[in-house]
Amino acid sequence: MPELALSVNGEPRALDVEARTLLVHALRDGLGLTGAHVGCDTSQCGACTVLVDGRAVKSCTVLAAQAAGRKVTTIEGLSSDAELHPVQRAFVEHHGLQCGFCTPGVILTAVDLLSRDPDPAEGTIRRALRGNLCRCTGYDAIVDSVRAAASTT
Amino acid sequence: MIPATVEYLRASSVDEALAALAKPDAKLLAGGQSLLPAMKLRIARPSLVVDIGGLALGGVVERDGELVIGALVTWDELERAELLRRPAYRALAECAAGIGDLQVRNRGTIGGGLAHADPASDMPAVTLALGAHLRLRSPDGVRTLNAAELFLGPFTTALSEGELITEVVIPVPPASSGSAYVAVEHPASGFALAGAAAFVKPDGSSRVALTGVAAAPFLLEGDRGEAIAAAEIFGDRFAPVDYRRHLARTVVRRAIELAKARAEEDATWTA
Repeated sequence: MPELALSVNGEPRALDVEARTLLVHALRDGLGLTGAHVGCDTSQCGACTVLVDGRAVKSCTVLAAQAAGRKVTTIEGLSSDAELHPVQRAFVEHHGLQCGFCTPGVILTAVDLLSRDPDPAEGTIRRALRGNLCRCTGYDAIVDSVRAAASTT
Repeated sequence: MIPATVEYLRASSVDEALAALAKPDAKLLAGGQSLLPAMKLRIARPSLVVDIGGLALGGVVERDGELVIGALVTWDELERAELLRRPAYRALAECAAGIGDLQVRNRGTIGGGLAHADPASDMPAVTLALGAHLRLRSPDGVRTLNAAELFLGPFTTALSEGELITEVVIPVPPASSGSAYVAVEHPASGFALAGAAAFVKPDGSSRVALTGVAAAPFLLEGDRGEAIAAAEIFGDRFAPVDYRRHLARTVVRRAIELAKARAEEDATWTA
């Protein structure tokens, strides 16, 4: 089996994966990073969203091999020194989650959005989050949280 | 869902990709947003995926009277490309912005999308309306294929087995040209129930193409009303034939109106 070398949450990592291994399984089963959730497994729900070179991608629809040499960020790598990332803090303060299953994906998509558009309008936020489904139907609070994060970052 | 066993090669040059593509049942992998879901469902079971994601086939530039879009330009890059804010090109950015969701647009590429040829995909209509052609590489060399000759049927193109799209090329339109893409989408999948791309020339004449309504996207020739009436429209439980034909007329009318307004805007456009 080929060895895959990539950067995960700022650390160089190497693991053996089959060519057909999806990035989400390499992260969860290979590296124990279970923050990327397998929700629909059909690239609809966005619960598996991670950042690859700063861009939000659905890790159930990327081969692990495609991430070789890239910088992957999962929800576990977003905060530093036990300090929550501003987007995470905004989700806590504005009730941006109920059950929390979709939350890692939602937050990482929001991080991608805010990295390119630091002050997005509500419509822009809703459009950016179209690929992240919340079945608690808490979208208003999610959008409020991203707006709040925008004003603090 | 996990794909069937497969081999993987990351190509470091177009030549290396073409050599690997010659193997039986090899498939090119660009962004993977269509191929990987098909592999997970095991509808697609290639023996080898040739990852061309690292090749230098990006960029949106104008040169020698042509707009040249690299095959690996993502939908997200198209949506944000500064050049494509020009009203004459607006259909490209507008269409890209409506594809999938942010995560899909971050990875999916124009070359991959055109080669996949989903009959409900949006961009094929835009390439037809803008008179695009494709530059192709194969072990035999280079050739150019008009977009109007590319789409043969559902998931079926005129690309030969060993060919790779390198560029999508559009003649730079004269000032006072406008373009638009208008679709009525299925609310869950986002795919077009009917999508129309229109390109309006400075003399007011236009070229219009439809997608999502038939086995393949097509240009409307001659009288548009008659062409839509005569087209072999397909129906399904989301949009039966008559309703889909009605949607086709509606999106065509809206796309032309929007493209005309943009042609006026284009007259005074400065980048």
